[in-house]
This record gives sequence, C-alpha cells and structure tokens, in this order.
Amino acid sequence: MFSASDLRKGLRVEIEGAPYIITEFNFVKPGKGASIYNCKMKNLITGSTLNRSYRSNDKLDEPKLEERTMRYSYQEGDNYVFMDKNFEQINVSAEVLGDNRFFLVEEIEVEILIHNGRPIGVDLPTFVEKEIKETEPGFRGNTATNVTKPAKIEGGYEIQVPLFINQGDVVKIDTRTGGYADRVRVAKGS
Amino acid sequence: MSLAGLKPVLELRDRLLSATRLFFHERKYLEVETPVMVRTPALEQHIDAFQAGGGYLRTSPELHMKRLLAAGYERIFQIGPCFRAGERGRLHNPEFTMLEWYCAGADYMDILIETEALLKYVAQACLGRLSFERNAQTIDLGGEWKIFSVGGLFKKYAGWNPLENFDERRFDDDLVSCIEPHLPEDFPVVLKDYPAQAAALARLKAGDKHVAERWELYLGGIEIANAFSELTDAAEQRKRFEDCARRRALCGSEAYELDEDFLSALECGMPQSAGIALGLDRLVMLFAGASSLDDVLPFR
Repeated sequence: MFSASDLRKGLRVEIEGAPYIITEFNFVKPGKGASIYNCKMKNLITGSTLNRSYRSNDKLDEPKLEERTMRYSYQEGDNYVFMDKNFEQINVSAEVLGDNRFFLVEEIEVEILIHNGRPIGVDLPTFVEKEIKETEPGFRGNTATNVTKPAKIEGGYEIQVPLFINQGDVVKIDTRTGGYADRVRVAKGS
Repeated sequence: MSLAGLKPVLELRDRLLSATRLFFHERKYLEVETPVMVRTPALEQHIDAFQAGGGYLRTSPELHMKRLLAAGYERIFQIGPCFRAGERGRLHNPEFTMLEWYCAGADYMDILIETEALLKYVAQACLGRLSFERNAQTIDLGGEWKIFSVGGLFKKYAGWNPLENFDERRFDDDLVSCIEPHLPEDFPVVLKDYPAQAAALARLKAGDKHVAERWELYLGGIEIANAFSELTDAAEQRKRFEDCARRRALCGSEAYELDEDFLSALECGMPQSAGIALGLDRLVMLFAGASSLDDVLPFR
C-alpha cells in the first residue's frame, strides 16, 4: 500500500487491477491548504495514459510486479519460451513481445516483467547480433553509411542497412530503435 | 546541477542572507534562534511534522517566537530550517529555510509595508536592481503592489464566496485551479482577508468574524510569504488548537498535543503583534530566475 506522500515520478502503482508507472508528478499545496498530488500515469500493459490527483490521506495499491532474468530458449507457434537458471519456463506471447520478438537470439539474457504471474514486458540487451537473410548484393568498397537499402533478418523483419552490407553478414541491431547499428562479421566466402 | 555549477546561486544566497540581516538590524530587530527540535509542533490541519528524538522537528518557529514576544521582545527575526513531512515538489522540500519575523504593536497591513521595503532592499543588494526575470517575464518589485481580497477573487473566478460558506476542499481546489492561474505575474500580488477557518493562528477582523487578518504574497505567480495579525486571545487559541486536533484525528492524521508552554505565555499576555513567514529558498529561486528548487538547493 502506498500513501499519497510516497508518490513520485517512476513509481509503479496499481489502479483498478492494472499496473501503471507515474510519468509526470507535480505536488501542489496552497498556503495552509491541503497537499494535492497530481500524477500522469502510463498503463504498463496497454500504454494508455491517465491523469489522477490525490490528497494526503488517499491510499494506492502496490502492483504485484516481479522482474526475472531469463534466457531465450525457443519458439513454439505464437509463444516464445524463456528459461531461468533452474530450468523453470515462462511463455511470452508475440503480442507482448511486439517487434522485440525479431531480435531474440538463442540463449540471450532478458529481463521479463511479470504482473500477477503474467508476463507483460520483455527488456532486451541494448544490442543484439543478427544475420542478414535477404538484401540486394552489396557494393564492395562503398563504405558510406548514410546511403541505405532495405534488408531482412530472420522472421522477415526489415531494417535499413548501408550499401556495403551483404546477405550472410552479421549486423548489430539497436533494440531501442530497432535500427542498424554496426557490422559485426562479413559473410563467409565473400 | 553539479555542486561546482551552483556557485553563482550560492553566492546569490549568501548576499541575500547578509542583506536580510542588515535590513533587520538597521530596523532594530533582534536576531533569535529557537529550538529546531520541539516537544510538540504547532497544530495545523495540513502540516505534518517529522518525529525526532522523542519529540518533533519544528514545522515553523512560530510558537517559540511568540513566547519571546510575550516576554517583552518587541522586534525579533529568525532565519533557520523548518521541516514538513510529505512536502516534496518543484516548489517544496521537506527541509527548507524560513525567514520569520514579528513586530509588536503592528497589524498585518503594517507588516506588508515592511515586507515591501525588505524585498526592495534585498533585491537591490543581490541583483543591483528592483526587477528580475523568470520564464521570460519581468517581475518588478518597484511597480505597484496589487492587493486583492480573497472573497472578491473567489466571487469573480470561482463563482462562490468562501467567507460565507466555507468548504475547505473546494477552497483549496479552486484556489489552485481557478484563482492562482488568473493572478498577474509581472508585479507583486497580495491576497488578503482569508476565511477564518483558513488561518489557525490569526486574529479575526474586528466586526467581521468570518474574516481572518491574513495575507499571502505572490511573486511571479508563486506564493512566497504568509502574514497574520496574530491571535493573542489564549482561550480562543486553545479552542482552535483543540478543534484542529479533533479534525486531524478524524481524517487519520496525528493529533499533536497542545503546546501548554505557548498557551500559558498567551495567558500571561502577548502584545498585539503582526508576524510573517517567508520562504527563503523560493526567494533565491525567483531571484536566480529558476523554475524549480532543484536548481537552487545543492543537496536535494
């Protein structure tokens, strides 16, 4: 249970059964008057926002949130299976993963956010390495990075890469933006 | 901001502190220091104290300073830390520095004249001029100080009169959402004559028991000081404390014990006086043109 004076930016609270994070917080107190705690909050599952204001004696529930470090194991239909070091498994749906599902690499370590036993978000490392499965042949010697072409990685996810990238090259992807960051390895035999 | 980066602000604060002391000493005020750790804090509906060492950290030096007034010290000022639990925001910090002063024989409008003189004096000493800029808005202390009555502002902008039918929750909400946004920001603004219920330690207006002799000063839309004609009637003060303790208990807040030392000082007789509390950290913030205490408090 939180009281209004615990409220601050970044705090996670539960409202009508859903977990929220406070994204903006503003405390006002007219002289000699009551404290008013204005909060802007984001639903951690749907992303929708909410404005609420609280008084000193208001109470808020604490969401049952848990963060678990897991490793990605394998895909099973629309579900992605993660495992912790005790081989305990968690299935995360494609819907919860969003675009992050394209950036999973076997044995990659992730943080899974769990609300009331249900996974609601997966935090990936900032950079992952992925092989280019499909792209127009590259222009050897063209090292410019400001001219790009489309390329596809496993699962058909499309990114923009520099012209010198070839099919079979391994590139680094920034999971925050979903964009190309660097070339890691050149395709064997090229 | 880094500690080193705050140097201009800390220098401004240093000039403000010494100019404030000079101002009061020139006017024959005595600087006093009263306990920071107190047996029981002043009872106010919406001010919560931190417990410390079997007692509390003071939320204001008011009760001790009034004991000095009752003992015959007629002009006293104090600069020191006060603590209020649960108050943290852009304009609030649980620990803050208060400038508080009292003058025997004066009423709330006399102390407004002195406040105007003080602010002009310290602005001149700190900034070399009477105006300062904040959010691209110039605030001119040398211009006219506009005085509005609380009843008039509520009738105009909130559509009701809190002096006739006081509704506390509605009063606070409307003050923040209907009144404050309409206050001019380019010159000093004074709100005066509050509902009696919104001033636990103030004297009521002779001839109108609905009105407390209290004003609040706003600079650039920010509340900077609160002043009263002080209540000197011991029986009335005891009754208000008891009411306040009851109301606090009702809404689940701690009902602090009455400060009997203060009440017996009132019983022995305190002269008619005016007193004022001014938030020094906020004044530094305004003079520095900053919009949050984050920009002026080094260890926040």
